[in-house]
Amino acid sequence: MRYVTLTIDGKKAVVPASYTILQAAEEVGIEIPALCYDPDLEIVGACRLCLVEIEGNPKLHTSCSMAVTDGMVVHTESEKVVHARKMVLQLLLDNHPNDCLTCQKAGECLLQKYAYMYDVKFREHDGAYKPEYTDTSSPYILKDEAKCILCHKCVRICEQVADRQVLTFANRGFETKVAFDADMSIEESSCVSCNRCVTICPVGALLDKRLMGKTRIWDGEVTEFKCKSCEYGCDFEVLSKNGKNVAVRAKSPGEGRPLCLKGRLTSEFLNLDDPETPYIKEDGKFIEASWEKALEIEGILDKLDKMDSKDAEQC
Amino acid sequence: MKLIVGQGSCGIAAGASKAYKILEEEIKNSGANIKLGSTGCIGMCYLEPIVDFIDDDGKKTTFVKVDEEIAKQIVKDIVASKVDSNENVISDEDKEALAKQKRISLRNCGIIDPENIDEYIESGGYKAIERCIKEMTPEEVIEEVKVSGLRGRGGAGFPTWFKFNAARQSPGTEKYLVCNADEGDPGAFMDRSVLEGDPHALIEGMIIAGYAIGASEGIIYVRAEYPLAIKRLNIAMAQAEERGYLNKDLFGEGKFKFSLRIKAGAGAFVCGEETALLESLEGNRGTPRPKPPFPAQKGYWGKPTNINNVETFANVPFILANGGDAFAAVGTEDSKGTKVFALAGKIKKGGLVEVPMGMTIREIIFGIGGGIAEDKGFKAVQMGGPSGGCIPAEFLDIPVDYASITKTGAIMGSGGMVVMDETTCMVDMAKFFLDFTCKESCGKCTPCREGTKRMLEMLEKITEGKGEPGDIEKLEELGKFINSASLCGLGQTASNPVLTTIRYFRDEYEAHINDKKCPAKQCKALLTYTIDPEKCTGCTICARNCPVEAITGTLKEPHKINPDICIKCGKCYEVCRFGAVSVE
Repeated sequence: MRYVTLTIDGKKAVVPASYTILQAAEEVGIEIPALCYDPDLEIVGACRLCLVEIEGNPKLHTSCSMAVTDGMVVHTESEKVVHARKMVLQLLLDNHPNDCLTCQKAGECLLQKYAYMYDVKFREHDGAYKPEYTDTSSPYILKDEAKCILCHKCVRICEQVADRQVLTFANRGFETKVAFDADMSIEESSCVSCNRCVTICPVGALLDKRLMGKTRIWDGEVTEFKCKSCEYGCDFEVLSKNGKNVAVRAKSPGEGRPLCLKGRLTSEFLNLDDPETPYIKEDGKFIEASWEKALEIEGILDKLDKMDSKDAEQC
Repeated sequence: MKLIVGQGSCGIAAGASKAYKILEEEIKNSGANIKLGSTGCIGMCYLEPIVDFIDDDGKKTTFVKVDEEIAKQIVKDIVASKVDSNENVISDEDKEALAKQKRISLRNCGIIDPENIDEYIESGGYKAIERCIKEMTPEEVIEEVKVSGLRGRGGAGFPTWFKFNAARQSPGTEKYLVCNADEGDPGAFMDRSVLEGDPHALIEGMIIAGYAIGASEGIIYVRAEYPLAIKRLNIAMAQAEERGYLNKDLFGEGKFKFSLRIKAGAGAFVCGEETALLESLEGNRGTPRPKPPFPAQKGYWGKPTNINNVETFANVPFILANGGDAFAAVGTEDSKGTKVFALAGKIKKGGLVEVPMGMTIREIIFGIGGGIAEDKGFKAVQMGGPSGGCIPAEFLDIPVDYASITKTGAIMGSGGMVVMDETTCMVDMAKFFLDFTCKESCGKCTPCREGTKRMLEMLEKITEGKGEPGDIEKLEELGKFINSASLCGLGQTASNPVLTTIRYFRDEYEAHINDKKCPAKQCKALLTYTIDPEKCTGCTICARNCPVEAITGTLKEPHKINPDICIKCGKCYEVCRFGAVSVE
């Protein structure tokens, strides 16, 4: 592997030539803010928050997409960079509801984190906002379009599973939005409620509906565990408050860990003190289901029953 | 004897197809031995439909504005051998406007029949590719293009040989060549003219470029709004294949075979940006990709790809047939050759012109374009479409070359020249272009998606008389930010119309904001219509024509306009015969 040496904010970094500036910065302990970047997703360079200044180059460049070169000198917090970041954040806040007080995502929201970091505030204006539209058709996922910052993460993570690919974009320019299939409701769409999109949404635009109103990140304990439904063993967390396990949520899907609804319901059933009614989708409608049906163990239970009664007869 | 009807989109829109039919009938009825043919657009759109007559001695007479009557008269005059007496023969002044031009990329447009490959071959076509294959290596072809000094005609002006070479040097055996024919600037139709008038020039240029970079497959991405261009390209490609220029081993040398296909775009301006174009070609939503990697490294399906626009390719056969020196002999030190411009807006002779680089803007607009329509005063010219900027009167004498245009804050662009006269409000003009980019923004990156909307809102406020002190500075700050932080060329240039109008016409912005006045009297919200009681005779015509009954008064008494009801439609101003209505 070929290595290159570059300087980032005065620090020397020696990294593989295939690295981007953002990866190289991470290597030397410099965090570059980014909303659309994720190491497991294709690079899109959409949010423009990770812009950096490269000496000898008049333009600002996105560090998520720019490959390192030998002798490169990078500034990640120069005056020009900070100004651009503040502008990006201000434009995003100008089109985002001032709802952090009651937002489920508060405390974990990346927009909140960076706005605080760069001292950018909500301001009143009489210009346009995204239309307020909340899709409540699914018992598992809540889509709040007004909060979406169009980072593309949900669309990309959904795309990674060949037989899902439900999320996409609709419209263009200021009207651009994330849509399920041909802009259907979540219920009508082919969404399988795996919640991959929810795990990666940096803001409160896609939320785990079964978690809402129960606890926020600072309220209680978070314990990691692995799903036992199948051999993938996806990562989950159980959230507890006042000594009670109140919710389960999926963590980002890892390599070969696709996440699924059955695994999530199994995890809820096994971990929660008071699990909510499960729903399954039949003919494009969410319907209440028994736990036996939702976990697809009806056949197993029947068989066990039969075997039990056989054992009883034999006794 | 032959009659040739100009049948580009502009000619057809003006009635060329009808004229063709009449001519056909009249020739038949007269029994005269006159052949009838078609050609593309010669560029003088303001004179369409245009018909050329070539007599047996090869002498050409051009008839202009040929309607049904004139068409009948033309055949009569030919039969009576008195064509020169026809009233619609082109004027000397218009002939001169054509003579001042230097036509390289449009060399055959309006002359040959675009649907007949023989006419292209007779005019020297497909000789250049023959020379390349039989006598030259790909490296020598690139060297010839380097000598010519040709730069990309799509807007950015990147040296063409450099792009060819980068794609040639890029590792890999599977490479692609793409023609960007997604011409989308408002008021621009340079590429359409080549596609409709001389499609073989593009095809030959692409075969040569394919040979130079080592790409055996080419794709023409053409906007679906150009149906005639697509039709003629298809005809030309079929003919080229029949003659062995496409899909066959060229000239039996065993060196090179090239295939070509068309992809019709689906109507997004941003697909003229090369990486968005590639996404669209691959069947995805047309949104740009970050650069680097450049298409020469990772383009169509991740393979090395070279993308040039129509005009660039159309120049290539000329260069390879006549030598790079012949091309370089035209133009200036840093900008060689010619450039095609589409003259639109408030100009007398709207149409397409091709001029040597280095000609002054004044010569193009006044010398060739005939000056400003209705002899009004010149105010500015918008160059480079929505990505460009306006150039005010003080720069009329700068030469048209890449460096000089860039210095003004505008760009050479693809060749759109929208001329504005003294009645154009520059704030309103900037708003028009920004509205265009805002609507055409793909929505992918934050600065362009959110920022252009906010700039547009500010301009709307200003033209509605709700501007506040500090708005100009805010526009400048936001504009510069969008240019510096956006993902693609569309966003990086979106603010140019606003920034250049602020630079040259700041006083107009200030008048709108501080005095709530529109100096050009275009922004309706800022106008007040009043009736001068001294001049008003009480004829009641204004009151009768007012659509909202805002005008009151009795017969033979001075009338009054109620400003609260008035919708500023201007009807009273138009109909008053005594000049009693004034607008401020």
